[in-house]
Amino acid sequence: MRPKSQNSKMTSHNAIVWIVLLAALAAPSRAWAHVQTGEVGGFVSGFHHPISGWDHVLAMVAVGLWGSQLGAPAMWLLPVTFPMVMALGGMMGLLGIPLPGVEFGIAFSAIVLGAMVLAEKRPSLWVAAVVVGIFAIFHGHAHGTELPAGQSGLLYSMGFVIATGCLHGVGIGIGLIHRWAAGRVILRVAGATVAVAGIFFLYSAFK
Amino acid sequence: MTTIKEQPTLSRCGKIAAVVVLLCLNCTRAEAHLVTTGLGPVYDGIAHLALSPADLAVVMVLTLLAAMRGPRPGRWLLALLPASWLLGNLTGLMFPINASLAWATGVSFLLAGALVAADRNLPLPVVAMLAAVIGAFHGFLTGAALARTSSTALELTGTLVALIVVVTLVAGLVVSIKAYWARVAVRVLGSWIAATGLLMIGWSLRAGN
Repeated sequence: MRPKSQNSKMTSHNAIVWIVLLAALAAPSRAWAHVQTGEVGGFVSGFHHPISGWDHVLAMVAVGLWGSQLGAPAMWLLPVTFPMVMALGGMMGLLGIPLPGVEFGIAFSAIVLGAMVLAEKRPSLWVAAVVVGIFAIFHGHAHGTELPAGQSGLLYSMGFVIATGCLHGVGIGIGLIHRWAAGRVILRVAGATVAVAGIFFLYSAFK
Repeated sequence: MTTIKEQPTLSRCGKIAAVVVLLCLNCTRAEAHLVTTGLGPVYDGIAHLALSPADLAVVMVLTLLAAMRGPRPGRWLLALLPASWLLGNLTGLMFPINASLAWATGVSFLLAGALVAADRNLPLPVVAMLAAVIGAFHGFLTGAALARTSSTALELTGTLVALIVVVTLVAGLVVSIKAYWARVAVRVLGSWIAATGLLMIGWSLRAGN
């Protein structure tokens, strides 16, 4: 139980805080609800783009899972090379260079990467890098084609690349359970789930 | 003693969080080349570097490149990058251009980022030359942008001070890295910057600048 003076002091303190908060809200600022002409959406839009589609999310996480199963140096090499190859595909998409069967390539990436995790395949490092690199081109191209027109895509590109890297990080983080026997089983189940989702993406691409 | 019923109060953390959220909701665009902090030209210069992602990223990636090779290249960069940046600034102020040259910025990102990602043992003269050329180029772009404003020598001083602080902190951090995973993290950062450069090249070629 507080004395009345202390309580009234606290109440007035809270009132000041609420006045400041309301003043902050009332201070006018422009709302940028839509992408401006000649500009791109910025870092947040770029960051949101790769995580807005399950096909991309599952494939990127599967890359991390597979990397964890393969262990070092593949675990680190794949996340280093993937963004650059994906950006190459993105550049092709931005420049309008056609790449046939992009949706099929993306669906196959989920199927193949999921199957690799399911079967715990351990090919040589360069084979793993080539497999992941080919699929990275398809994913990058799809994103590059969808990116909004703009004069400078620096922040958008940064967000886009960082989000993809974070998805790999999530995959690697989950994949660390590989050191336990139960974890290995869970990882294989996760690989099967990604592969099944890939079959669904393939079915959707045919429709 | 007269007492009254206790009223629910916001915790200190709750208040801070509420203020932060509201200020974030209330944010406006960062105008890198028109920024005025209201604290004078030196702070405007510091804010200029802090609010220019292209400049900040290129300073970061060049520092990573040098510091990954050890303390000696790191020390060289600490002297060379501000000097070449200043030279570029002055050239840009004297001979301003209107073109953004975003493709060239993308190329510099790609080159320096790919070298960081590759983690090759580059000789010191190569690192120094790269830092000097890329630093002078970005300094030139900054100088050309500042030429369109009523900038002063004090703003340039602020930018250079901020640049030296960033180089010192990042180089110190990277040179002290011992863990394998931390070095890989630096390489991943380099690959992200290289990938951003590739996409920037695509953007600028599509936009025609």
